[in-house]
Amino acid sequence: MRARVLVRPKAGILDPQGRAVERALPALGFDGVQNVHVGRLIELDVDDPNQLEAMCEKLLANPLIEDYEIQT
Amino acid sequence: MKFGVVRFPGSCDEVDAQLAASRVGEAVLLWHGDRDLQGVDAVIVPGGFSYGDYLRVGAIARFAPVMEEVVEFARAGGPVLGICNGFQVLCEAGLLPGALLPNAGLRFVCRDVDLVVEDAATPFTRACTPGDRMTIPVKHTTGRYHLPPDGDVRVVLRYAPGHNPNGSEGDVAAVASAAGNVFGLMPHPEHAVDPLTGSTDGLKVFESLARVPAGA
Repeated sequence: MRARVLVRPKAGILDPQGRAVERALPALGFDGVQNVHVGRLIELDVDDPNQLEAMCEKLLANPLIEDYEIQT
Repeated sequence: MKFGVVRFPGSCDEVDAQLAASRVGEAVLLWHGDRDLQGVDAVIVPGGFSYGDYLRVGAIARFAPVMEEVVEFARAGGPVLGICNGFQVLCEAGLLPGALLPNAGLRFVCRDVDLVVEDAATPFTRACTPGDRMTIPVKHTTGRYHLPPDGDVRVVLRYAPGHNPNGSEGDVAAVASAAGNVFGLMPHPEHAVDPLTGSTDGLKVFESLARVPAGA
Protein backbone atom coordinates (compact mmCIF):
# COMPACT_ATOMS: atom_id res chain seq x y z
CA MET A 1 0.00 0.00 0.00
CA ARG A 2 1.21 3.48 -0.87
CA ALA A 3 1.32 5.77 2.14
CA ARG A 4 2.33 9.35 2.82
CA VAL A 5 3.57 10.80 6.04
CA LEU A 6 3.48 14.56 6.51
CA VAL A 7 5.86 15.88 9.13
CA ARG A 8 5.62 19.48 10.30
CA PRO A 9 7.08 21.57 13.11
CA LYS A 10 4.96 21.39 16.24
CA ALA A 11 2.66 24.36 16.78
CA GLY A 12 4.24 26.96 18.99
CA ILE A 13 7.81 26.11 18.03
CA LEU A 14 9.57 28.83 16.07
CA ASP A 15 9.73 27.74 12.42
CA PRO A 16 12.32 30.02 10.80
CA GLN A 17 11.94 28.32 7.40
CA GLY A 18 8.21 29.00 7.37
CA ARG A 19 8.86 32.56 8.44
CA ALA A 20 11.41 33.10 5.67
CA VAL A 21 8.95 31.82 3.05
CA GLU A 22 6.19 33.95 4.55
CA ARG A 23 8.38 37.01 4.14
CA ALA A 24 9.51 36.08 0.65
CA LEU A 25 6.04 35.70 -0.89
CA PRO A 26 4.88 39.33 -0.47
CA ALA A 27 8.20 40.42 -1.98
CA LEU A 28 7.06 38.62 -5.14
CA GLY A 29 3.67 40.28 -5.07
CA PHE A 30 1.72 37.48 -3.35
CA ASP A 31 -0.12 39.28 -0.58
CA GLY A 32 -2.41 37.91 2.12
CA VAL A 33 -0.23 34.92 3.09
CA GLN A 34 -0.04 33.89 6.74
CA ASN A 35 0.96 31.00 8.97
CA VAL A 36 3.43 29.40 6.57
CA HIS A 37 5.11 26.26 7.85
CA VAL A 38 7.67 24.12 6.08
CA GLY A 39 7.82 20.41 6.84
CA ARG A 40 8.64 17.28 4.88
CA LEU A 41 6.77 14.63 2.95
CA ILE A 42 7.73 10.97 3.19
CA GLU A 43 6.20 8.60 0.64
CA LEU A 44 6.51 4.88 1.11
CA ASP A 45 5.06 1.51 0.07
CA VAL A 46 4.19 -0.59 3.11
CA ASP A 47 2.83 -4.11 3.46
CA ASP A 48 1.31 -3.38 6.84
CA PRO A 49 -0.01 0.19 7.27
CA ASN A 50 -0.65 -0.55 10.94
CA GLN A 51 3.08 -0.17 11.47
CA LEU A 52 3.15 3.40 10.19
CA GLU A 53 2.44 5.00 13.53
CA ALA A 54 5.28 3.11 15.22
CA MET A 55 7.58 4.09 12.33
CA CYS A 56 6.70 7.73 12.89
CA GLU A 57 7.23 7.56 16.64
CA LYS A 58 10.54 5.75 16.32
CA LEU A 59 12.18 7.26 13.26
CA LEU A 60 10.21 9.33 10.77
CA ALA A 61 9.36 12.14 13.21
CA ASN A 62 10.67 13.41 16.53
CA PRO A 63 7.43 13.79 18.52
CA LEU A 64 9.08 16.30 20.84
CA ILE A 65 9.43 18.87 18.08
CA GLU A 66 7.29 17.58 15.19
CA ASP A 67 3.70 16.57 14.48
CA TYR A 68 3.02 13.89 11.90
CA GLU A 69 0.02 12.97 9.83
CA ILE A 70 -0.38 9.59 8.15
CA GLN A 71 -2.29 9.44 4.86
CA THR A 72 -3.14 6.06 3.36
CA MET B 1 42.06 7.35 31.02
CA LYS B 2 41.22 5.75 27.67
CA PHE B 3 38.84 7.67 25.41
CA GLY B 4 36.91 6.20 22.50
CA VAL B 5 35.78 8.57 19.74
CA VAL B 6 32.95 7.27 17.56
CA ARG B 7 33.39 7.61 13.80
CA PHE B 8 30.18 7.59 11.73
CA PRO B 9 30.04 8.03 7.96
CA GLY B 10 29.91 11.82 7.74
CA SER B 11 31.67 12.56 11.03
CA CYS B 12 34.26 15.28 10.54
CA ASP B 13 35.57 16.26 13.97
CA GLU B 14 36.55 12.84 15.25
CA VAL B 15 40.28 13.38 14.68
CA ASP B 16 40.28 16.74 16.46
CA ALA B 17 38.41 15.11 19.35
CA GLN B 18 40.94 12.29 19.41
CA LEU B 19 43.85 14.78 19.42
CA ALA B 20 42.24 16.84 22.20
CA ALA B 21 41.59 13.75 24.32
CA SER B 22 45.17 12.59 23.67
CA ARG B 23 46.39 15.60 25.64
CA VAL B 24 45.00 14.08 28.83
CA GLY B 25 44.97 10.36 28.05
CA GLU B 26 44.89 7.68 25.38
CA ALA B 27 42.32 8.01 22.59
CA VAL B 28 41.13 5.51 19.99
CA LEU B 29 38.55 5.67 17.20
CA LEU B 30 35.44 3.48 17.42
CA TRP B 31 33.87 2.46 14.10
CA HIS B 32 30.10 2.98 13.92
CA GLY B 33 29.47 -0.54 12.62
CA ASP B 34 31.32 -2.31 15.44
CA ARG B 35 29.60 -3.31 18.65
CA ASP B 36 32.88 -2.92 20.48
CA LEU B 37 33.91 -0.08 22.79
CA GLN B 38 37.44 -1.52 23.16
CA GLY B 39 37.32 -1.20 26.93
CA VAL B 40 37.35 2.61 26.94
CA ASP B 41 36.70 4.65 30.10
CA ALA B 42 34.86 7.45 28.29
CA VAL B 43 33.06 7.80 24.94
CA ILE B 44 33.03 10.89 22.73
CA VAL B 45 30.37 11.25 20.03
CA PRO B 46 31.94 13.89 17.77
CA GLY B 47 30.71 16.62 15.50
CA GLY B 48 29.98 16.37 11.82
CA PHE B 49 27.12 15.23 9.66
CA SER B 50 26.56 11.60 10.61
CA TYR B 51 24.76 9.71 7.85
CA GLY B 52 24.53 12.98 5.94
CA ASP B 53 22.02 14.39 8.46
CA TYR B 54 19.44 12.54 6.36
CA LEU B 55 15.84 12.72 7.57
CA ARG B 56 16.74 14.78 10.67
CA VAL B 57 20.03 15.50 12.42
CA GLY B 58 21.14 12.49 14.47
CA ALA B 59 18.05 10.46 13.55
CA ILE B 60 19.84 7.68 11.68
CA ALA B 61 23.07 7.65 13.70
CA ARG B 62 21.26 6.72 16.89
CA PHE B 63 20.52 3.31 15.32
CA ALA B 64 24.17 2.57 14.47
CA PRO B 65 25.41 -0.70 15.99
CA VAL B 66 27.99 1.11 18.12
CA MET B 67 25.24 3.27 19.65
CA GLU B 68 23.65 0.21 21.27
CA GLU B 69 26.90 -0.23 23.17
CA VAL B 70 27.15 3.50 23.93
CA VAL B 71 23.61 3.50 25.37
CA GLU B 72 24.43 0.50 27.54
CA PHE B 73 27.71 2.12 28.62
CA ALA B 74 25.86 5.34 29.55
CA ARG B 75 23.12 3.47 31.43
CA ALA B 76 25.87 1.78 33.47
CA GLY B 77 27.18 5.21 34.45
CA GLY B 78 30.02 5.56 31.93
CA PRO B 79 30.88 9.13 30.88
CA VAL B 80 29.64 10.04 27.38
CA LEU B 81 30.44 13.40 25.76
CA GLY B 82 28.44 14.53 22.72
CA ILE B 83 29.77 17.49 20.77
CA CYS B 84 27.58 19.31 18.21
CA ASN B 85 26.29 16.52 15.98
CA GLY B 86 27.14 14.18 18.87
CA PHE B 87 24.83 16.23 21.11
CA GLN B 88 22.08 15.88 18.50
CA VAL B 89 22.65 12.11 18.35
CA LEU B 90 22.50 11.76 22.16
CA CYS B 91 19.19 13.68 22.23
CA GLU B 92 17.74 11.47 19.49
CA ALA B 93 18.95 8.40 21.38
CA GLY B 94 17.08 9.55 24.48
CA LEU B 95 20.27 9.80 26.56
CA LEU B 96 19.77 13.56 26.93
CA PRO B 97 16.50 15.51 27.22
CA GLY B 98 15.30 17.94 24.56
CA ALA B 99 16.12 18.35 20.89
CA LEU B 100 18.10 20.59 18.54
CA LEU B 101 16.28 22.68 15.93
CA PRO B 102 17.49 24.77 12.96
CA ASN B 103 19.13 28.03 14.06
CA ALA B 104 16.63 30.85 14.49
CA GLY B 105 18.59 32.83 11.91
CA LEU B 106 18.63 29.86 9.48
CA ARG B 107 22.33 30.43 8.81
CA PHE B 108 25.38 28.34 9.44
CA VAL B 109 27.17 30.06 12.33
CA CYS B 110 30.92 29.68 12.79
CA ARG B 111 32.52 31.85 15.45
CA ASP B 112 33.88 31.99 18.99
CA VAL B 113 31.20 32.39 21.65
CA ASP B 114 31.46 33.08 25.37
CA LEU B 115 29.93 30.55 27.73
CA VAL B 116 29.15 30.69 31.44
CA VAL B 117 29.58 27.60 33.61
CA GLU B 118 26.42 26.92 35.57
CA ASP B 119 27.10 23.43 36.91
CA ALA B 120 30.67 22.48 37.84
CA ALA B 121 29.66 19.23 39.53
CA THR B 122 29.58 17.07 36.37
CA PRO B 123 32.51 14.87 35.29
CA PHE B 124 32.89 17.23 32.30
CA THR B 125 33.13 20.51 34.21
CA ARG B 126 34.75 19.63 37.50
CA ALA B 127 37.90 21.55 36.49
CA CYS B 128 35.70 24.69 36.38
CA THR B 129 34.00 26.89 38.98
CA PRO B 130 30.37 28.02 38.63
CA GLY B 131 30.35 31.43 36.98
CA ASP B 132 33.57 30.82 35.01
CA ARG B 133 33.53 32.19 31.47
CA MET B 134 34.95 30.17 28.61
CA THR B 135 35.49 31.09 24.97
CA ILE B 136 34.85 28.17 22.63
CA PRO B 137 33.87 28.13 18.94
CA VAL B 138 30.52 27.01 17.57
CA LYS B 139 29.93 25.89 13.96
CA HIS B 140 26.47 24.61 13.19
CA THR B 141 23.16 25.15 11.40
CA THR B 142 21.00 23.10 13.76
CA GLY B 143 21.89 24.17 17.27
CA ARG B 144 18.77 25.79 18.73
CA TYR B 145 18.16 23.85 21.92
CA HIS B 146 14.53 23.04 22.65
CA LEU B 147 13.64 22.06 26.22
CA PRO B 148 11.52 18.98 26.89
CA PRO B 149 7.89 19.71 27.85
CA ASP B 150 8.51 19.35 31.59
CA GLY B 151 11.48 21.73 31.34
CA ASP B 152 13.39 19.43 33.66
CA VAL B 153 16.96 19.79 32.41
CA ARG B 154 20.34 19.89 34.07
CA VAL B 155 21.85 22.93 32.38
CA VAL B 156 25.65 22.89 32.52
CA LEU B 157 26.68 25.79 30.26
CA ARG B 158 24.78 28.80 28.98
CA TYR B 159 25.75 31.26 26.27
CA ALA B 160 26.90 34.49 27.91
CA PRO B 161 24.50 37.43 27.50
CA GLY B 162 24.60 38.55 23.88
CA HIS B 163 26.39 35.40 22.71
CA ASN B 164 23.47 33.09 21.92
CA PRO B 165 24.28 32.19 18.28
CA ASN B 166 21.18 30.15 17.43
CA GLY B 167 18.14 31.17 19.48
CA SER B 168 18.49 28.36 22.05
CA GLU B 169 15.81 28.53 24.72
CA GLY B 170 17.18 29.92 27.98
CA ASP B 171 20.56 30.47 26.25
CA VAL B 172 21.27 26.77 26.90
CA ALA B 173 24.58 25.66 25.37
CA ALA B 174 25.16 22.38 27.21
CA VAL B 175 23.08 19.94 29.24
CA ALA B 176 23.77 16.80 31.23
CA SER B 177 21.69 13.79 32.17
CA ALA B 178 20.20 13.82 35.67
CA ALA B 179 23.03 11.57 36.87
CA GLY B 180 25.55 13.85 35.17
CA ASN B 181 27.45 11.17 33.24
CA VAL B 182 26.04 12.08 29.81
CA PHE B 183 26.91 15.56 28.55
CA GLY B 184 26.07 17.30 25.31
CA LEU B 185 27.07 20.72 24.00
CA MET B 186 26.91 22.61 20.72
CA PRO B 187 30.24 24.47 21.11
CA HIS B 188 33.39 22.55 20.16
CA PRO B 189 35.82 22.20 23.09
CA GLU B 190 38.07 20.01 20.90
CA HIS B 191 38.71 23.02 18.64
CA ALA B 192 39.88 25.14 21.61
CA VAL B 193 42.86 23.26 23.01
CA ASP B 194 45.87 24.90 21.37
CA PRO B 195 47.06 28.54 21.59
CA LEU B 196 47.93 28.27 17.88
CA THR B 197 44.22 28.50 17.05
CA GLY B 198 43.12 30.86 19.84
CA SER B 199 41.42 29.88 23.07
CA THR B 200 42.46 26.83 25.10
CA ASP B 201 39.33 26.89 27.27
CA GLY B 202 38.05 23.68 25.69
CA LEU B 203 40.81 21.76 27.45
CA LYS B 204 38.85 22.19 30.69
CA VAL B 205 36.31 19.62 29.48
CA PHE B 206 38.99 17.03 28.77
CA GLU B 207 40.93 17.82 31.95
CA SER B 208 37.72 17.44 33.93
CA LEU B 209 37.16 14.00 32.41
CA ALA B 210 40.72 12.95 33.13
CA ARG B 211 40.02 13.60 36.81
CA VAL B 212 37.25 10.99 36.88
CA PRO B 213 38.51 8.05 38.91
CA ALA B 214 38.91 4.91 36.79
CA GLY B 215 35.89 2.63 37.03
CA ALA B 216 33.66 5.46 38.24
